[in-house]
Amino acid sequence: MVATSSSTAAASRAAKLMKRRSRVRFYEIIVWIAAIAAFFVLPSKMLILTEIAILALFAVSLDLVLGFAGIVSLGHTAFFGLGAYIAGLVALHYVAEPVVGLLVAGIGAGLLGFVTSFLILRGSDLTRLMTTLGIGLMMAEMANQMAWLTGGADGLSGFSLGPILGLFEFDLFGKTGYVYCLVVLFVGTMLMRRLAFSPFGLSLKAIKANPMRAGMIAIPARKRIVTVYTIAAVFAGMAGALLAQTTSFVSPDVLAFHRSADVLLVLTIGGTGYLYGGIFGAVLFTLVKDWLSIVTPQYWMFYIGLILVVLVLVGRDRLARWVEYLPERLSKSKEEGR
Amino acid sequence: MLTILFDGVAYGMLLFILACGLTVTLGLMNFINLAHGAFAMAGGYVTVVMMNRYGISFYWCLPAAFIASALIGLVLERTLYQWLYQVSHLDQVLFSIGIVFMAVAATDYFMGGQQQLINLPPELSGRMDVFGVGVGRYRLFTIVVCAALALALQLILSKTRFGSRLRAAVDDRRVAMGLGINVPLVFALTFAFGSGLAGLGGAMGAEILGLDPNFPLKFMIYFLIVVSVGGTSTVSGPFLAAMLLGIADVAGKYYVPAIGPFVIYALMIVMLIVRPNGLFSRGSR
Repeated sequence: MVATSSSTAAASRAAKLMKRRSRVRFYEIIVWIAAIAAFFVLPSKMLILTEIAILALFAVSLDLVLGFAGIVSLGHTAFFGLGAYIAGLVALHYVAEPVVGLLVAGIGAGLLGFVTSFLILRGSDLTRLMTTLGIGLMMAEMANQMAWLTGGADGLSGFSLGPILGLFEFDLFGKTGYVYCLVVLFVGTMLMRRLAFSPFGLSLKAIKANPMRAGMIAIPARKRIVTVYTIAAVFAGMAGALLAQTTSFVSPDVLAFHRSADVLLVLTIGGTGYLYGGIFGAVLFTLVKDWLSIVTPQYWMFYIGLILVVLVLVGRDRLARWVEYLPERLSKSKEEGR
Repeated sequence: MLTILFDGVAYGMLLFILACGLTVTLGLMNFINLAHGAFAMAGGYVTVVMMNRYGISFYWCLPAAFIASALIGLVLERTLYQWLYQVSHLDQVLFSIGIVFMAVAATDYFMGGQQQLINLPPELSGRMDVFGVGVGRYRLFTIVVCAALALALQLILSKTRFGSRLRAAVDDRRVAMGLGINVPLVFALTFAFGSGLAGLGGAMGAEILGLDPNFPLKFMIYFLIVVSVGGTSTVSGPFLAAMLLGIADVAGKYYVPAIGPFVIYALMIVMLIVRPNGLFSRGSR
């Protein structure tokens, strides 16, 4: 009797904790309002806003793997690139309607994620790094070699997209493109958020913290990692598809190694483990990169490298805690979530 | 056929010299240093500058490349790397990628983006016939030098006092410190030595592997394969892995050019699945 009542008490406490963790926070609302406001306030900056939205979706999907499951991946761009190529090919040969391409790209990238997830189950951080890096390079090489399908080094071009759902035509200024990407980003983030702040997400964090103990309290680590890796791959593929669809071009660059590094940097700037880090990071990263590529068109890479080195030396954690320096009311809601 | 094998061996030897410093950094200090190729590139460029601008003999350039890279390695280890041995792997990865990016951009700035060429001394260029097998003289030279170095390394590690200190520090850093071994000093010297070897490899490899600012990115995966397949606890493991990789890569590119690059990646992934801790590891940790 006592045992039952204490266990129900524990259950209700756990339910409360979960609810508190998953509550919508103040800054989240601000993010989305700002994203919508940007559409009206900055009509001439649609292209860079689209770029931010795509990078944000890509980064948020990596956060699911890195921030929650704790897997350091250097090959996340494999899914991004695959999604881009699939979306391009679908538009070129089959359907011009973008949403179909988006979904197909997601499924394709998810399949690759599912298959390759078994490779990252074993071994240490180093082994995982190597395997993910190897898969990324293999995909890049494949895209380069299969020129009959992908256009090789010239990239895939010559496809045009029809109106979204048959209703909204892509316009010259990229307005439709931005709204389209923003909607996908919003839906994607909400889905991942639902996942990340569920018991499932909590169990991932347990696996990240200590796989052995997680196993002892009956968390099936392998299954969880396979699942989350697959889901992250789906969204990364969709981000790639968005890039292909909004630019009507797929360059082999979508699979380049520096993209994997870029997205890691994005997460480093924004902070890992709470999804929105990907969005904040994407905004900052894109702005900085844009500014640098104007100042030093050829050598911006140097400064990106410098930022990385300084970030690590200063300490990533200290930087990721910038939210805490916000005024009291804003930061309170964040701390409760931890 | 034998020529391919020979070229593969030369290639593998080079990879070993390039990567064995990384073996130490990774295995000993548990530091994921993706920037190892940057040291090799530094050695390569030192050679290029000395030979092409100042006309110094190739044989003098090799030790110079070693010393220059070792010094760079020593300075970086003391100023930056040593603070990062304890941080998470993700931080190490980010840090070393940052170093790579900076090295690539800086080299591009100072030296230009084009492929660098060196003129080998006449006695090293060309081919000769050994028992009916066409053998590149330079490749033969490479094999001889690298084999000598590998042998010397093995002897240093297993026979000298420094080697035993190093091995003690690998096995258990704390106990080694307790025994009065100056572990940070051993680490710094080893790091510098490894960087120097990479620089030497870069200098010798300028002819075979090519040299341009993207060198550290292009060959990063090769170094990592050598280390992760070979394991980090011995010299012979990475040596055999480098041989295997060199031969597989040359043969793959020769026989099946269309899928050449896949051969090594596939090889690596299979290897990592079968033996996650390396081909010749001492068992899992």
